[in-house]
Formats: sequence, structure tokens, C-alpha cells
Amino acid sequence: MSQTGKELNGAEIFLESLRKEGVDTIFGYPGGAVLGIYDKLYDCDFIHHILVRHEQGAAHMAEGYAKATGKVGVVLVTSGPGATNTVTGIADAYMDSIPLVVFTGQVPSKLIGNDAFQEADIVGITRPITKHNFLVKDVEELASTIKKAFFIASTGRPGPVLIDMPKDMLAKTTRFVYPDQVDIKGYKPTISGHSQQIKKAAAAFRKAKRPLLYVGGGVVMAGAHRELGLLAQEAGIPVTMTLQGLGAFPMTDPLSLGMLGMHGTFWANMATENCDLLVSLGARFDDRVTGNTETFARNAYKIQVDIDPTAIDKNVRVDLPIVGDLKSVLADLLTELSEKPVQSDYSDWWTMIQQWKDACPLEYDNHDGKLRAQFVLQKISEKVKGQAVVVTDVGQHQMWATQWIQFDHPRSHITSGGLGTMGFSVPAAIGAAFAVTDRPVISISGDGGFQMNMQELITAAHHKLPVKFIILNNSFLGMVRQWQGLFYKEKFSFTDLSASNPDFVKVAEAFGCKGLSTDSPDEVDALLDAVLAYNEGPVLAEFKVVKEEMVFPMVPSGGSMRDIMVKRLDPNRLV
Amino acid sequence: MKKIISVLVENKFGALNRVATMFSGRGFNIHSISIGVTEDPEVSRMTIVTSGEANILDQIIKQLNRLIDTIKVVDLSAENHVARELAMISVNYQKGIRSEIMNIVEVFQGKVVDITIKSITIEVTGPPDKIDAFINMVSPYGIKEVARSGLVALKREEQVVVRKKEVHIA
Repeated sequence: MSQTGKELNGAEIFLESLRKEGVDTIFGYPGGAVLGIYDKLYDCDFIHHILVRHEQGAAHMAEGYAKATGKVGVVLVTSGPGATNTVTGIADAYMDSIPLVVFTGQVPSKLIGNDAFQEADIVGITRPITKHNFLVKDVEELASTIKKAFFIASTGRPGPVLIDMPKDMLAKTTRFVYPDQVDIKGYKPTISGHSQQIKKAAAAFRKAKRPLLYVGGGVVMAGAHRELGLLAQEAGIPVTMTLQGLGAFPMTDPLSLGMLGMHGTFWANMATENCDLLVSLGARFDDRVTGNTETFARNAYKIQVDIDPTAIDKNVRVDLPIVGDLKSVLADLLTELSEKPVQSDYSDWWTMIQQWKDACPLEYDNHDGKLRAQFVLQKISEKVKGQAVVVTDVGQHQMWATQWIQFDHPRSHITSGGLGTMGFSVPAAIGAAFAVTDRPVISISGDGGFQMNMQELITAAHHKLPVKFIILNNSFLGMVRQWQGLFYKEKFSFTDLSASNPDFVKVAEAFGCKGLSTDSPDEVDALLDAVLAYNEGPVLAEFKVVKEEMVFPMVPSGGSMRDIMVKRLDPNRLV
Repeated sequence: MKKIISVLVENKFGALNRVATMFSGRGFNIHSISIGVTEDPEVSRMTIVTSGEANILDQIIKQLNRLIDTIKVVDLSAENHVARELAMISVNYQKGIRSEIMNIVEVFQGKVVDITIKSITIEVTGPPDKIDAFINMVSPYGIKEVARSGLVALKREEQVVVRKKEVHIA
């Protein structure tokens, strides 16, 4: 029933505005300043409110939901600590360009600035980590501000937007009118790429002998994976992806070189170093990708397509920038290329790539009867065959997942990239599972990160969500241990959790989840089958893996291919 | 390299803070910043003097444009522009040096805005180097306090050449 034109209070306007935006699921936690909203939410039949156990969990759930669907994730929390608890999630969403709208309650307008109970200047706190934020003091402006917030969060380069709502404003009434359109003077994202630049790009493709597509999360966000596929297939151009780009192009496709960067494949990094045309599509030349920016793709003519002008030339100077939406730019580029196709023969280029692949394949020891994280991940990949949403945390397991799990579909790989937030996976997987029901949602964490937000297990259990929580337990903060081992003379300072980890099976059971555990490679198959078959609710499976493993290859921070560390390199195979 | 950037922003709560936060968060320099309302009461103009390598200055302009409240960003250094600063300088004004000070004030076309037996406050406007020069000239007499406004600047309009025959006198 339309409420347009009716006299409503701020709390009702909040809910009706969400309905207008097509929001049906929000993640939240009540408190004093938002009591008015929760009062109306109690009788609301069109919003599914998910009660979390910590506001950080709400923010990460909204991120997982947004990443899995492409829709805006919505968070509702109270003032003060409720608001500040969302800060890590907001910062994470800002770094990885995830569309969120976070609603925070605020103390009554008259008390703002008085150090009132549960007051925090959340607009000030989140200014550097939001795409934009608002304080709405006048109920007349609430609906139009919500409209703006959703528009800003979901268009251009997406990102989090925060709306702070004082308690008294939510109680005031006005006639509800939700605007059809927004017009923000200073915000007009560029959609179409410049046609001359696109012509130049097409010419560069025709000229190149060793081209490489360097694909970032922007392709996934723009929904441009089909266009990317056509471009790669057009002439058989190799594709390497960033952490956020994984899945934009099928990793099982022979044209895929896997991930590049610090823990990327040897051949993807060698191809980057040796290509003569590097085409960056929705990627930002992050330091974990480039290492030393002076030597990164030093011989290549560089094209960069991005919807955000600030991403261009920020870390690495490019030769041909194109600002625009990737779906639109790639479609125009394909049209341009169809008129005069690429006729190049890349067989020499592919021979080089194959040599790098042979010289330094991804591998791990698998013959001593000990359980290794890589083995578990490889098994997961074999079992789900790309038909799952995998949500990883941060650390060694996260990098191994990029190496051993084949991501074939966009939005099938969700992880905290830019901010590197430990504790992301558990809540983000729960958020994703509220949207994804046709494929398993698998959360993968280390024992360290898992404990950072494990309170949310109960949220999954309460909703009987069939999330698969995998813990790769090496009883260590593995990535920190790796750096201590390589760069700090093996002084394993405060990274050993073996004496202090909880019993994860008991944790699972206490939180209403099924719990399983093994330390034997022989049991992995059966355990994973049981995990994937169990759909009555959440299940946690702990794999006790060896702690000594390191993630290779590794280009040390700020280094180049000259500094790469590999497990084994066969120089005879490098011609 | 120094740059003068003129930024039109929505005259809203927090707009100045957003700009300042962006500069500090990204480690950019601000030499001076001045802000005031424009001919449109909903729009404010910020004049920012900053410095850095060419690629940094390029990023500064892009990052300013990226802020939602920003309506327009103009790199005034790249255009013909006029820039002025206002300063008030309070100087010791003991017997014996008064005429010397007044001479300097006159040369710089300064204006006396406050005066006592012990001190004199002078207002000087002009390009920043003129103000630097004035401060330099009066500093031997003992400066008590200095307040500078920061630069304000506008693009110079194109000169329209008016030919005689086009002038019609009604």
C-alpha cells in the first residue's frame, strides 16, 4: 500500500524509503537512538531485519550481501558505540568499493556536541572512509537524503554512504514524498568512454605482439564479464586478474593466467613484466599488485580503463587513460575491433608463457601424510567446480585460495582486499548466504581471523543458514609468522596460538552449529562431502594443518620479479 | 611547484572539513586556504594554495573533483588570474621610529587600522610577495602580531577589444 502523500514520522519515512529503494534485507542492532525505528520495524512486513551480535558483523554482512548480489547492503545501528563498531566494515567497503548505506542513530539534535550519553561524531569519524555522508536534522530532508545516499553508493565507483539520524528527527512528522530522481550538482559519473581514446586503444590492440589484460574488481562491479570474455576470445589474449577481479574471467579457461601480484602465479607476473601492451580494466595498480612501480610492466604501452578518474595515473603512469563504465567502454571497443579485427599471431607469446608455467608451477609437498591447507582448498575446488560462493578471510589461506580454488564466475569470490580485515569472512559469508540460495556459501578462515567475529555463528544458526564455515587451523597467525620467518630472523613474536586456541568443535556446538574436525589428509574427502551435504543449518569444519607452510611465489613488498621467492624454479625450462 | 586551485563547493555543513580531511588523509600540502560565499548563497568558493610534484598536483585536482560536494575545480595557475591576500600587521610604534614606519606604509599603500602610543596595526593587501616584502621592511621595528587571510583569486576574463566604430552612443 502506497504511503506517498501521507503524514509519517521519521522512522516510518525511513522504512518507506527503503521499500522505495527495493530493500528487503537489512542488518542491524537496536539501541537508544534508533528505538523509534525498531518500534515501527516490529510491525513492518516488508523488511527482513537480521539481528547481529556485534555491529561490525552487521557491516561485514552487508558487504557480503552486496558483493554476492551487486545490490546495496544496508546497515542500521544506534549512536555512539553502535556507530563506531561499524567503522572497520565501512573502511573495508571504502577500500574495496562496495555499495553500502549505513544508517546510524544519533543523540537528539539539541544534545549534539554536548558529550551526551552514547554520542559520537560519526559523520566526522567516517568522513575519510565514506564516499559521502550526511547528518539529517530536518525530517523534511530525510527521504531525499536516502534517495541521494542510494544513488551515490551504487553509481560511479561504488562505496559506502552513511546517514546519521538524530533521535528527535525520527519522531517528527511530515508528508512523505519519495523523489523519483536525484540531481547532485557535483556528482555526475562519466559512463561513456571518449571515442577517440577507444579508437586509439583498438589501434594499440592491433599493433601489440604481447598483450595482457589486467582485470580488477571493476569488471565484476560493472557486470562487464561477458564483454571481457569476448575481448579475450577475440584474439586469444591472456588474462590475469587481481584479488578482487578473480571470477571476472573463468580461471579454468586456458586464457587465464590466474592472479598476479605479491602471491600471484609466476607466469602471470612474468607475463606482466614482459608484455608490450598492458590493459588495466577496473584495477587500481595497488602496491600488492605492482611491487616496485618503477619496474612494473616497464616495457608495456599501458591502457587504463576506470570509472574513477582518481584511479588513473595514481600509482603508475599510463599511456592511454579511458574514463568510463567498463561495460560501455568494452562494448565500444569490441565494436571498434569488429570493424577492423586484430590479426596478430600470439603463438610466440603463448610459448613464452607456457615456459614460465612449466618452470615454476604452483605446488606443495603432499607425500608425508601431513595435512596442508593447499590440499584442503584444492579438494574444495574439485568438489564445488566453480558452483559456490567462497568467502575468504585475510592471510595465508586467502592467498592459497586464489592459487588452488578455480573461480569461474563473477561474484563467486568474496574477500577483504584493500583493508585486509581479519574477521571478515564469517559475517560476510552469512550476509552472502541471505542472498544466495542456489549454491553453497563457503566461509574460509584461519584460526586467528575466525575468532575475530565468531560471535556471528549464532546469527547463522538462528536463521538456519547452511553456511559452510571452514577453519584452516595451523595454530598460528600464519602470514605474520611467514614474514617473521622470512624477514625477522624467525622470531615468532606473539603469533603462536597453539596454547590458547579454543576447541573449535565445541565453539560450533555452543553456537548451535554442527562441528567437525580432522588432521588427516585421508579424511578430507569424507569430511568435505559431509559438510557440503549438510543443509539443515550452519556447519563448521576444522582442518588442523601444518604450521610451517609458506605462501609462494612471493614478491617481497616493493620488490620486482628479480626479488621473487619461489618454492622451486627449474631454470632449464626457462629458455 | 606551487599551485592555486579555486574550488566551488556546496555551501553545506562539513564541506570545508571534507576538503581539509582529504588533504591531510592523503598527505597533501596546504599552504593557505580561504573560503567565503559566492554570488550564489548556496555556493562557496575555496581558494587553496598547494604544492607538490606534477603527479601529486594532478591527484589533488582529481581528488577534489571526486568529493560529492565539489561543484567545480579550476586550476588557476594554468590560467591568467589575479590573486590577492590581505594581512594585518601590528608593529611597535615607539617615539623616534614613527615617521620611518609611516613612510613604509605609504610606499606599500597600506592602511592604518589601529593605533596607540605603543603600537600600530597596518592593513596591507596585494600579492603574497608584496606582503612578504612589507613584513620584511617593518620587522626591524619589532612585529607584535601578524594575521594573513590566505590567498583569494579569480580567473581574469578575456579582454574584449572594443573598436571605435562599434561604440554606439545613445
